[in-house]
Amino acid sequence: MSKSIEAIDLDVYYGSFLAVEGVNIRIEPRTVTAFIGPSGCGKTTFLRTMNRMHEVLPNATVKGQLLLDAEDIYASGVDPVRVRSKVGMVFQRPNPFPTMSIRDNVLAGFRLNGIRMGKAQADEITERSLKGANLWNEVKDRLDKPGSGLSGGQQQRLCIARTIAVQPEVILMDEPCSALDPISTLAVEDLIGELKEHYTIVIVTHNMQQASRVSDKTAFFNIAGTGKPGKLIEFDYTDKIFSNPSVQSTEDYITGRFG
Amino acid sequence: MSAVATLQKSSLTAGRLPRWTPWAVGAGALAVSAGIMSLIGFNLPGWIVIAWLLFVPSMFVAARTVEGHQAGVDRFWTVLVCSAFVLALLPLVSVIVTLLVNGLPGLLDPGFLASTMQYATSQTDQAAAAGEGPVYGGILHALVGSVLVTLAATVISVPIGLFTSIYLVEYSQDGWLSRAITFFVDVMTGIPSIVAGLFGAALLFSLVDPQDSLMGFTAAVALSVLMIPVVVRSTVEMLRVVPNELREASYALGVRKWRTIVQVVIPTAISGIASGVTLAIARVIGETAPILVTAGVAVRLNTNLFNDWMMTLPVFIFRQLQNPTSPTAVGPSIERAWGAALVLVLLVMALNLAARLIARAFAPKQTGR
Repeated sequence: MSKSIEAIDLDVYYGSFLAVEGVNIRIEPRTVTAFIGPSGCGKTTFLRTMNRMHEVLPNATVKGQLLLDAEDIYASGVDPVRVRSKVGMVFQRPNPFPTMSIRDNVLAGFRLNGIRMGKAQADEITERSLKGANLWNEVKDRLDKPGSGLSGGQQQRLCIARTIAVQPEVILMDEPCSALDPISTLAVEDLIGELKEHYTIVIVTHNMQQASRVSDKTAFFNIAGTGKPGKLIEFDYTDKIFSNPSVQSTEDYITGRFG
Repeated sequence: MSAVATLQKSSLTAGRLPRWTPWAVGAGALAVSAGIMSLIGFNLPGWIVIAWLLFVPSMFVAARTVEGHQAGVDRFWTVLVCSAFVLALLPLVSVIVTLLVNGLPGLLDPGFLASTMQYATSQTDQAAAAGEGPVYGGILHALVGSVLVTLAATVISVPIGLFTSIYLVEYSQDGWLSRAITFFVDVMTGIPSIVAGLFGAALLFSLVDPQDSLMGFTAAVALSVLMIPVVVRSTVEMLRVVPNELREASYALGVRKWRTIVQVVIPTAISGIASGVTLAIARVIGETAPILVTAGVAVRLNTNLFNDWMMTLPVFIFRQLQNPTSPTAVGPSIERAWGAALVLVLLVMALNLAARLIARAFAPKQTGR
């Protein structure tokens, strides 16, 4: 498990509009990488290209290469659905399936794909995933209750459990804590630290303290103005970005001079 | 005014009419109206109308004098809005009462729900009208026909309507085709039902031997022309409110589009879809004209949708009133028509109730904390 990601001259378009331009980045396996930057700078757009989720929007296209352990996920003939089963995603707002129980939510990656399994195996996957998401002790007595009855923080950890149940190589997180209170945020951040041992994690965040707490490396994205494409400005070790960035605009952003 | 004065204990209740004022003014208006009516000859509608005409201005004047101008205007509009509500309720209640009063005797006739019109003849009706025998005949054939034709229409309409809605919401990406479909669905919603009936008749006329084209299935085709747009409209609304986040969550787990639609989108929207379908059924089960020109009329039980004419409840009602079984003794026919009308309304009510129960049963569970 756990693969590296490398983008080479990656441009992202919505129709003819160039949203993100010329991204070159290499993300090592078993690390946490944080994407920071002002709103509209293309962090989330770039994150969504990493599992081809941006294609769900009409007319979204990509130029350039995005390598998952040296395999280009944008090579012709690649099935986006298979890419997504290798690169999991956690969204901004917790989105457990309202029609499913907690157990079925965890097993959704299998159940929705019509994969049948015995009860023993299902129980094993449920327990392993919920333990992996630090949720097992809170829900083990009510696995058959609806997932929508949990608190926001528990729902988000349920979504993480659902993502790790299918054992992806990479986990993408799009502002996973922005809808959560500080205590739930802490729980999710602790979880990210544990997940790092097995997965490559990329997290988009607006919270710079969070980036400095959880990530090994940080990428700063910026935009020259409205209608201009977002660019990767600087990518380095988190310590360096937050103490001694090499680009002026990075320093301006992290010291709160704009954004 | 003295009543108001005694209430002025608190500064907050000062200048307020007591709670019983509207009732007192209403009773006064009724009394004065009764007085006027006794002079010109009493009748109930006149009594109520005059009382209302007295009540509105006196309530306004009372409130304006004691509570001020704005409060007076407020009372005035409250009275008007409440009156409109009562007025709107009046025909509804009246329909139900009339149906119960006129329909119950028919419904309680022996074998009304269990027999057909096959053995009810002009002679038996004349005997019944003369009080020499029971009212023979029943609505079994019409009830069975209504259920079968509507069921067949549902079987045709629901898949077409559901797939059309799925195309519009999940696949079309707002292209010209989807706008065209939406436009024509809107147009079809307003199509007169007799036109749908003629369409069904003409379609089957050209497809099968014209001699055999009048049958239950032809009526089902005509009804589905009316039903499909209703199903499409309600289903599209229901699919649109399914949050996009759920679709994305499913895609992000590596689930393909069709399975996402079948396993995530439709289960989330099923309660609304099911109640929409039920209401569409309730809408077409009362159609008369399209069935008259497609399935004809019958006095015998016919359970084969693909052969021979078939009776339904609305056509049965129309037929009993238009062509009474005994032209010289129409009483039993009218009794049967009212009975059938009552059964039809009960059927529609049951469907509406079922729609609510279905919506509640399928709704995503929110409890479990």
